[in-house]
This record gives sequence, C-alpha cells and structure tokens, in this order.
Amino acid sequence: MNNLLARYAEDIFWMARYMERTENLARILDVHETYGHDHHGSKNWRSIIRLNGDEKGFFDRYPTASAENVVYFYILDDSNPTSIVSGIRAARENARCLRPWISTEMWTHINVFHNRLLSLTPEDIALPALTRLCSMIKESCQTHSGITEGTFYRDEGWYFYLLGKNVERADQTTRLLDIGFHAPGPSADAIDPARHDFVHWHAVLRSVAGYHAFRRVYPHGMTPADIAVFILYNESFPRSVTLCVREINLLLTRLKSRYKLNGGNKALERIDEIQSALATRAIERVIRDGLHGHLDWLQLRLSDFTSELSRSFFGRQPSEVSQQQEA
Amino acid sequence: MTASAPHPTDLLSRYDQGGFFDELFGSRASPAPHNALIRERLAALAFEDIHLRSENAARELYNLGITFLIYSEQAAIDRILPFDVIPRVLSSTEWAHLEAGVIQRVTALNMFLCDIYHEQKIIRDGIIPAELVLGNSNYRPQMVGLKVPFDTYIHILGVDLVRDGEGVFRVLEDNGRVPSGVSYVVENRHMMQRVFPDLMQNLAIRPVDNYGQKLLQAVSEIAPPDATDPRVVLLSPGSYNSAYFEHIFLAREMGVPLVEGRDLVVSNDRVYMKTTNGLARVDSIYRRIGDDFLDPLAFDSTSLLGVPGILEAYRKGNVGLANAIGTGVADDKAVYCYVPRMIKYYLGEDAILPNVPTNICREPEALRYTLDHLAELVVKPVGEAGGYGITLGPLASKKELADCRTKLLADPANYISQPMVPLSVCPTLTEDGVEPRHVDLRPFVVTGRNTWVLPGGLTRVAMRKGTFIVNSSQGGGSKDTWVLED
Repeated sequence: MNNLLARYAEDIFWMARYMERTENLARILDVHETYGHDHHGSKNWRSIIRLNGDEKGFFDRYPTASAENVVYFYILDDSNPTSIVSGIRAARENARCLRPWISTEMWTHINVFHNRLLSLTPEDIALPALTRLCSMIKESCQTHSGITEGTFYRDEGWYFYLLGKNVERADQTTRLLDIGFHAPGPSADAIDPARHDFVHWHAVLRSVAGYHAFRRVYPHGMTPADIAVFILYNESFPRSVTLCVREINLLLTRLKSRYKLNGGNKALERIDEIQSALATRAIERVIRDGLHGHLDWLQLRLSDFTSELSRSFFGRQPSEVSQQQEA
Repeated sequence: MTASAPHPTDLLSRYDQGGFFDELFGSRASPAPHNALIRERLAALAFEDIHLRSENAARELYNLGITFLIYSEQAAIDRILPFDVIPRVLSSTEWAHLEAGVIQRVTALNMFLCDIYHEQKIIRDGIIPAELVLGNSNYRPQMVGLKVPFDTYIHILGVDLVRDGEGVFRVLEDNGRVPSGVSYVVENRHMMQRVFPDLMQNLAIRPVDNYGQKLLQAVSEIAPPDATDPRVVLLSPGSYNSAYFEHIFLAREMGVPLVEGRDLVVSNDRVYMKTTNGLARVDSIYRRIGDDFLDPLAFDSTSLLGVPGILEAYRKGNVGLANAIGTGVADDKAVYCYVPRMIKYYLGEDAILPNVPTNICREPEALRYTLDHLAELVVKPVGEAGGYGITLGPLASKKELADCRTKLLADPANYISQPMVPLSVCPTLTEDGVEPRHVDLRPFVVTGRNTWVLPGGLTRVAMRKGTFIVNSSQGGGSKDTWVLED
C-alpha cells in the first residue's frame, strides 16, 4: 500500500488546525465586541490576551489593552504569530506545500482569502465594522471546511485533516470557556435574565454558537455550571470538548486500521486518558477544584497527544526512522 | 437570429510588424496562409473587449496561484508570468520540420553524452576539443563507465529556438539539465480555452494535456528492472524555489508525490521516502534539483536540498534519475557550437535546425573578431542561465561595452559571441493597442525508450517594446502556442 508522505500528513494536520484556530479567534473577537458595551470595559479585552498567553507579545508592542489595540493585535498584526493574518498565512504556507495533494479549489480559496486579509486596512477593523469583518472571516473558514468536505480526496490525508480540526476545536473550546468564566468567576447560582451578566453568559454561549442548542437541553433558566457542563460534556454539541475528543479517538482508531499504520498507540493512550477524565469528572468537583486548572490540564494533554502524533506519523523521531530502515 | 459576419475593427488595421518576420502575418512578401482565419477573427474584436478579457485572465492566474517567486530585499513576492492573449500559431508543416529537428538534436546529444562517459571517440577523432568536455565544470567523472537505461541521459530537453528575419528557425541554446516552463504551456492553453473560446472555435489545434502522462511514462521506464510497479516521485528544492508552481503542476499531472530532500533517505544504497508508516522504497525520480545540490556527499557538501548517498544508489542501479547526472556538459554554451558537427558525426546527417553562428572566445581568432565587432554582437557567459550576464552590443551604452571588453579579456574562455538575430515578432496586446513584440520558442522533448515532443512549446515574449530579452526573470511573458493539424 502507498502510504502518505509524512510531511504531507503533518502539513494537512496543521492546515486544518490553523483554519479552525482562525475561526475561533474570529468568534472570540466578535463576541467581545459585545462585552465592550457592558460595564467590564477594557478588562475583558485584557482577558483574551491573558488566556491566550500573549501578555508579553502584546505589551512589548502596545502600551494599553484598549479595544483598538487588541483587535489590531489579533487581526492585522503580522508580527504577532497568533493573529488572524499570521494564522491564515501559516495555513496558506501549509496549503502551498500541499498543492500537489489538495484540491485546486481548496488552494484557490485559501489563496484568495489570504489576499483579502492582506488588503484590509485599520479602517476595516474599526469597532463598528468589527462584527461584519468577523463574520467574513468566520464564513471564509467555514467555506474552507465546505470545500474540503466536498473536494478533498478521502484517503489518509482526510483523517489527518479531521484530526487537526478536532484537536484544535477541543483546545479552542477550553479557551473560550476559560475566557467566559474568568471575569465573573464560576458559580452554581441561577443567572437573572434581568441582570447585566446575563449578557455575558449569553455571549459565552454565542461564542461557541451554542445558545440555541443549550436552550434545547436546558429550556428553563441558566446557571454558569450548566453552561460549563454543556460546553465540556455535551455528547451532541459539535464544539463540546467531549464530542471532539470522542471524534479524535474514532478517527485515529479508524486511520490505524484502515491504512495498517503501526504507530500511534501512545497517541491513542493519551486520548483515552482525556476521555476517561471527561467521563468521570463531576462538574461540582471541577468547579470546586478550579475550572481554570482543569482546562489547563486538558490543553496540556491535547498538546501531549499532538506530540505523540508527530512522533508516530510525521517522521519527527530519528530513532524510529533508523529502526524502520533495518526492516 | 442569424449569425452575423464579423465586423472588422481597427485592432489590427494599424499594426506594423516593422522589418521583422511576423508569427501571425508571415513575411511582408507572403502573408502566412494558415493564419488567415485567426487574423480575421482577431480583427473582429474590439480593443476594449480583448483588454477586459486579458485583465480577467491575469486575475484568474493570480487567484489560482499560477505564479513564480521573485525575491526582493524584503520579501518573496508571488508574480504571475505575464500572459499575452494573442496566440502564436504554427502550421502543421512548420511543426513537422521543428519536431524532426529537435528529435534529431536530442538523439545526437544523448549519443554524445554516452560517448564522453564511455569511449570518448568524438574527442579522439578530434571533432570536439578534449578540454571543452573533460575540463568542463559540468562534466561528472562519477558518470564514467556507468550504463544508463536506453543510453538516455537527457529525458527532458528544452530547445530554445528563435526565428530570424527570413523566417528560418535557429537553435539559440539547449536546456538539458532541468528545463522549466512546460507548466505554462498547458496552463496557457487552459486559460485560452476559458477566455477565448470564440477564437478557437472549430480550429483543429493539437492538444497539450498529455504531457504529464508522457513524462511519467518516460520516468517509469528508467526505474530498476526489479520494480514491477515503480514508485515515481518528483524531487523539488521546495516551496521557495521560483519554479515551485511548475513542480506542483507536474506532480499533479503525473499523479506522484512531490518530495523534498528531507523526505528521502538512502539506506543500503536504496532510496526511501518517509511516510506515515515508515520508509517506502522509491524507484525513479524526476528531479528538479541541479547536479551540484543533489547529493552533499558527492557534490556540494553544503547543500541542504539534496539526499546524502543518492549518487551511490544511482550508480548501483537502484534508482532512476531524470535527467541523468552530468548532462550539463551537453548544454554548455561553448559545446553548443559543436552540436551541428556532433549530428553529422553520430548520425551522418546535416542539422535540420541550424545554430545561430557563434564565436567561441576561447579561440584567439574568435576573441579578436568579437573584440573588433563588440557593438554588433551579443556576448554571453557560457555557464549562466536565465539571461543573466548578457551584453547586447547594438543596444549597449559605451560604458557597458567597455565593461564587457574588460570581462572578455580577463576570462575569454567564459564567453561566446553571436550576431544579434532579428527575432521574429508576434502581435501582442499592450496598453496602447496591438503591437509587435519579439518572441522565441521552447519545445519540450521527452525521451525514455523513445522520444516524444509536446506539440508547440513555450512561446516567450519580450513584453517591453524593442527588447529581445524574453526571460521571465527579466520581465518576459508568454503566449499560448498553437500547432494546427492538417
């Protein structure tokens, strides 16, 4: 059987991650534009920086975490590796290396999207235009997903694409949740729709496109704990951590058996650990022990998973290569 | 509604081909009859219409990423190769002549390479000076005595042809190492089919779509005999190479992986590629990396692009390479002068396609002539590609001529000189209307067991008024090249 070039597998995995990351960042920025109107003011803009671990990168370049500065930093600043422009540039670089492998339509779309971002001016990201811009970015990412679904040849590469997408989505969901719970602090108290922080919790759900789905599961009322349970554990919500992790497990198992891949057993062990932790952790305990710590733990385990995947499939460990040479 | 006869516009009415042979109009004395219908169709187009279509084509090329990279001081910039929408058209008779000419040429060049890496009869018989071959920096002693499949060394040859004032095609140079440009031939055709279906309607134009399949066949044929279903890869220097688009294009057309040096390893003199499931044997390689960078163990030890040990794997017959190592000695600009004599020597035939008369400045007589006629001649360094280092005597300033003289005197063996060929022109779209611009032609010749020539080839066009330099690195563009069937 002709197996996929290791470098292609890696580029596909990362292309999917960068596109997913960009979509999520656009969601965060869009929703925080709403925050900007409530009494939290600039404090929330600063929380995005903190939770993305970008404090040093940001304050080296900007004196204050004003809305304008943060939005510029995360959309147009090409010296910031976590900005949307940088993310799409990285996705395009992956796609560039993958052009012999991906469909022409996938490449053309990313290329045009990238050119469009490069043509943006500071006026285009001014706050009144921000929601429209974030929609454009989100929809471009979704168009990418759609083109990929409809045109990308379904061999090993497709599995690595979906693995990248789900790993990134799980990771981003933990970050969105962290941002949402940072400001007011988690509690199991009911949220009064008349109070200002209803706007906040509504926005948290909206940032994962989950408000209406949440309402279906919890038609009456809303507590921060319910929101955390829904975003972390719901079995059917496409952006829940549990669903993404379950997908990762299925994809990797199928990839290994269908293409008779020898590697990846340690990666499977890592994902099993995450799954069982998600299955047994009661939300009361998670909140009591600290949600932030739990989300951190999840992010670290997902990162371990990626390392194992790299070692097994992306040709990232010289010792493995020399063993296989002998075979 | 009835179809109306095309109304002539003024698109071509003010066109003046000057004193040159014209690819659409022929010579002034006898207009090319095979182009009559195309001239009529073009003449019916309005400038605004053709201009708009041209802009659309440029935008589409950019969006599709059919680009090459230019390096400025700050960054790498994606540029499209300027595409001119007015095609260059060859009759079936013209093409039959060219095809026979380039097949004859590649046959002689392969016999020459086989000879100089084995018996060296052509040197012993005094047809070509020994130092020109054995002292050539592109001569590879590692190839001596090595048998290659079908005695084919140059699997892909690009022959640069120009057409002089009488309409005679002449060979300007051979590209027998890693010739590029074929992707534009195919992409230009696709673009014309999208932008000018009305111009092409009911014309029998020979297709160019099967280049990838012909190339794959040739590269598969040179795989080791024990490889029953040979695994072929295309080896690229990577995504920052200026011709990366072409590598992508060819890998896709051949349906093979595009790999870089870091994707390959050599073990026990066999070549493997790194896959998701460990190492997988590679049988034959279409390489777009020059000899120097191919194997740091054998050639340039600082090269990070190549594959350590690949030369030894090749020498053991465990992997096919297209082109073979050491072909650079055959497309050297000094060796070029001897190609007509090679053809006579090996095939007992006269060259179907004549060379441009050339003075080899390593010879004192030729050097003296060159220095005396500097203002009339084109002086070229023998080792350069891409139009770099050329001095065009008739267009050069006093200072440029003086610089050229200094360089010539310092290292005469590094230069040849040729009369300035009055390159043929082809109607070309400019901001001011349709004007004549100079063109050349690069047919692509693919040889494995047998030889096949892609109908037409790449027509490069000097987009700037009056200039003869068609290289993409110097602002040249390209045109679709049509070969009409009978």
